[in-house]
Amino acid sequence: MVKIVFVEYSGAEKEVEINEGVSLMEGAIANNVVGIDADCGGACACATCHVFIDPERYGDAGTRTEMEESMLEFAENITENSRLACQVTASEELHGLRVMLPEAQH
Amino acid sequence: MKEPCIQNVADIPLNQINVSDSSLYTSNVHLDYFARLRAEDPVHYCADSEFGPFWSITKFHDIIEVDSDHKTFSSDGTILIGDNPEDFDTPMFIAMDPPKHGQQRKAAAPAAAPKRLSELEPLIRERVGKILDDLPRNEEFNWVDLVSVELTTQMLATLFDIPFEDRHLLPYWSDVSTSSDQVGNASISSEERQRILAEETLPYFMNLWMERAQAEPKFDFISLMAHNPNTKNMLENPLEFLGNIMLLIVGGNDTTRNSISGSVYGLNQFPAEYDKLRSNPALIPNMVSEVIRWQTPLAHMRRNATRDIEFRGKQFKKGDKVIMWYVSGNRDEEVIENPNELVIDRDNARRHVSFGFGIHRCMGNRVAEMQIRILWEEILKRFDKIEVVKDPVRIPSNFVRGYSELVVRIPA
Repeated sequence: MVKIVFVEYSGAEKEVEINEGVSLMEGAIANNVVGIDADCGGACACATCHVFIDPERYGDAGTRTEMEESMLEFAENITENSRLACQVTASEELHGLRVMLPEAQH
Repeated sequence: MKEPCIQNVADIPLNQINVSDSSLYTSNVHLDYFARLRAEDPVHYCADSEFGPFWSITKFHDIIEVDSDHKTFSSDGTILIGDNPEDFDTPMFIAMDPPKHGQQRKAAAPAAAPKRLSELEPLIRERVGKILDDLPRNEEFNWVDLVSVELTTQMLATLFDIPFEDRHLLPYWSDVSTSSDQVGNASISSEERQRILAEETLPYFMNLWMERAQAEPKFDFISLMAHNPNTKNMLENPLEFLGNIMLLIVGGNDTTRNSISGSVYGLNQFPAEYDKLRSNPALIPNMVSEVIRWQTPLAHMRRNATRDIEFRGKQFKKGDKVIMWYVSGNRDEEVIENPNELVIDRDNARRHVSFGFGIHRCMGNRVAEMQIRILWEEILKRFDKIEVVKDPVRIPSNFVRGYSELVVRIPA
């Protein structure tokens, strides 16, 4: 199990345990984290699971695919730490990672 | 208008099924046609139709796959099943590929972003209240005109920031835009359509653009585009400017209008769901997503294959017309249990295909959801029941899934 700390827009922190190999989006939904819609169910096709990765550990979360770049282009308030949570897979390297949620998903 | 097609789909040879016939939608029998295609031939080829040959994508996950792959399945030219009229090509960003699509979409998008919508919410709520308080009681009226059109028109007038008294031009121009041979709707002649759009709509918005370009930037569609470096020269191509205006008008009008009508119709078709909603208004947001699925206000989107490709065992050739039938994906029984039923507390109600997927996903999805949500929050505060008194009249189109008439009565 990989510990991930989701920081909701209100500032509330939610620590969840996610099985290795499962996406952060699925882990967040399963643990009722507020602020992720995931309308496409994890197909990198809707950009409603936009999150910000802790800048200090951004590289641990892997790199964006071309499709993810295209989808992020149309999400709101994108930063260089933005990712789609359905495209980040829980692994040992991510243990303790802080993931911040945006004000809203568009 | 054509006679309604009453042929039972079970009697038609598979290779002769043609789901582009707009009369199927007027009579609502398209559901049977798509149920058969999903079961027997989910990626279906229609060799001959009034729109030429086309492939139909009918399953939920296949639609997501095609919609997400904008390199293989291009939007360039048109996203409608019928080709653009040769003498009146109006480019618009929904029918463009990267990078131009992104530049134009991003210019307009902030007008419909969640942050902007939160600022507008109190105004929209006040207007909804006024519309509902003015409705006749204990007598029959057309819900489409007095509520669905009125509310979406007011919303769109705000997103364009046009004078409130001009707002009725918007649904008028929206209806003109969607009355097209391209989607099997011939309410007006193509000459008349072209005249109205070129001689009425275009000059109106050009004036507005000129005024906005000289003023301080604001958060309406016109000002945003007039001040964005990527779009500020759009007037140099008047038909492209007009195309984008048509896109924003139709996108903001026809879709939510018909989901609003669909919400009233659907809750009357499934009275137990109406009871559930009345006793638990917290279900409204979930109900809104479910209504948008059940109604599916836009039946299809078209792509063109950019290369030869095998898809689910079928061979698409470069240039083939590929139609994603959202109206079918939203009834895919393998993904959605009892898909023909409106179930307002359905799990995963947000997982529908009505907004499309990939880079062309609906830009106004949050505008739509907000309007329907506020409308029902205010309805439940005021009325115990809105009764549909007769079958609605549907619009003949294989694209817009809409109603021209929904007669209701609100008991005093």
